Amino acid sequence: MRHFLRRVGFYLVALWAAVSFNFIIPRLMPGDPTSVYIAKISQQGGKITPAVVRAIQAEFGVTPGVPIWQQYLSYLNAILHGQLGLSTSNGFEPVSMVLGQDLPWTIGLVGVSLIITAILGTLIGALMAWKRGSWYDTVVPPLVTFLSAIPYFWMALALVYVMGLGLGWFPTDQGYDVFSYQPGWDGGFILSVMQHAALPIITLVIGSLAGWVLTMRNTMISTLSEDYVLMAEAKGLPENQVMLRYAARNAVLPSITSFSISLGQVVGGALLTEIVFSYPGIGYALFNGIGQNDYALIEGCFLVIALAVLFANFLSDLVYALLDPRVRNGRG
Amino acid sequence: MQLTKATPQKEDVSPTQSGKSRERLLNFLRNITSNPKITFGLGVVAFFLLVAIFAPLLTPYAPEARTVTGLHPAVAPSWSHPFGTTDTGEDMFSQVVYGARVTLAISSMAAIGSTLLQIIFGLSAAYFGGLVDDVLSLIINVFLVLPSLPLTIVLGALASSIAVNQNEFVIAFVLLFTSWSYGARVLRSQTLSVKARDFIDAARATGENPFRIIFAEILPNEIALVSSTFIGTFVYAIGAEVALEFLGLGNPAEASWGSILYWAQNNSALPAGQWWQFVPAGICLALFCGGLAFINFGIDEIANPRLRQSKAEKLTRKMIRLREGRRA
Repeated sequence: MRHFLRRVGFYLVALWAAVSFNFIIPRLMPGDPTSVYIAKISQQGGKITPAVVRAIQAEFGVTPGVPIWQQYLSYLNAILHGQLGLSTSNGFEPVSMVLGQDLPWTIGLVGVSLIITAILGTLIGALMAWKRGSWYDTVVPPLVTFLSAIPYFWMALALVYVMGLGLGWFPTDQGYDVFSYQPGWDGGFILSVMQHAALPIITLVIGSLAGWVLTMRNTMISTLSEDYVLMAEAKGLPENQVMLRYAARNAVLPSITSFSISLGQVVGGALLTEIVFSYPGIGYALFNGIGQNDYALIEGCFLVIALAVLFANFLSDLVYALLDPRVRNGRG
Repeated sequence: MQLTKATPQKEDVSPTQSGKSRERLLNFLRNITSNPKITFGLGVVAFFLLVAIFAPLLTPYAPEARTVTGLHPAVAPSWSHPFGTTDTGEDMFSQVVYGARVTLAISSMAAIGSTLLQIIFGLSAAYFGGLVDDVLSLIINVFLVLPSLPLTIVLGALASSIAVNQNEFVIAFVLLFTSWSYGARVLRSQTLSVKARDFIDAARATGENPFRIIFAEILPNEIALVSSTFIGTFVYAIGAEVALEFLGLGNPAEASWGSILYWAQNNSALPAGQWWQFVPAGICLALFCGGLAFINFGIDEIANPRLRQSKAEKLTRKMIRLREGRRA
């Protein structure tokens, strides 16, 4: 329980740090963000009245004459109420609404590819350690390393070129066929979503496989030299049972730790992958925000990503404590 | 200890500091050259570094020179343009070679700075312990759980909004800021175990300055780990640098591996089937990062003997397999 409380405390601090970065970063910009914002509105044909100016200043928390700590407090208050400002590039829709539409796409993409990668990578790693010295143990590690050395977005570009434009197997942009379907629970739409997700998911799986394979292989090699594995073999248990139930089961713990770290990377990788595929997720929203100097949207994206990664880290901490009694008892 | 092999040489009776370090260096070199993965990786990395350094000697054109004019300046690879040309008729080979300069300079600057920060944070957190450790560890862990690439992109967007993104140092600093935490945590846990050894107690008992203990006694024992985290950081920094440039948050006017891809994407080189606009830069990037990853593999094998397979072990396994095969 004490361990649990400590972790909760830590994640609260991390959360506070993420939120504060978000507060500080735009204030490092020279000039006044509200005037940029107001100029933008009048540029797009909006009417500027003193009331609008005051509303925008309140939205930014930069009302003139208010000391910075008070701005900070009102900013924190706005965040707690889910107010992330207005997105200039989306017709002044609240940022939280924009992100609410984009988030399910990213979560689906990252979630599915993470599950596929974790299972595939761990199994390949276990198999490689088990069949150590065979031809695929010498071929696979350099191969996956080389593949993971290719940046996500370049891998995405290559897949678009070869499998999308060249062979025409998969669609190469958008999250679904926007001309034929409306989002909803009908078969055609779901099929279209799956088709459109195929290439981005392949990109993410190839790009993040190496870490899983190598972590699992290296711990599994250490585990295989333990006495209980030898004992299991000596008892004449079936090979599969020794490999999976005895060795792999004990070697999988470090992979679970690395899950939390790899998660941040996969989310980062998904940003670039989404941009290449014009996939309607958070990454693409971030990219559009950058292109149109929509700072409220940029910050909102970062905040949501940071929140998601923190939450997933917290979950993996809990799972780890569940699996490893040494951590649970507060000696972690 | 081989007592029978005592040699009567003077150096062995009282080994001098320089003799010891020379021996250590020789040992280090022997390890490097005896591991084929490290040799291969170093070869690849050295090749690209040389290409970057001698860029002006290797390229027939300036990177931004418009060598092909007319209606269709983007031409496919030929003898005069081995990698083809860009949409504005610049020679792709010159762009890639000069681009190596920019990309490698920025990312190596970031990686070196980041490694220094990792050493300072990781080692002092572990060595001083107590409150110092609590505070430093908290900072390290917070940075560790913040998603680094999104943070890099947000900072890059900030840099480009205040128009300092043309400055290589700013980009390098952004990369440094977001890449140091993982290595710091790894070094901290290693230092915790080194710190518990007797020679550190001895140094402390003689009243040695704590900074001398950290940098002269502990650090040399963690060189393998420091070099492997340095390489890991380097790989991350290159990837993030290229990603920033690809998003147009670097300096798109200057040729770098990322900005080449930025222009290829912006000019729709893909749908036009102009594969040469994005293949050379991508392959170079993958080769260089692959080379770095190979060095890391090799260091892993040297530092963790269990991952290394001795010749005798290989032979035994082969014999066992042969015998099993005969039985089957």
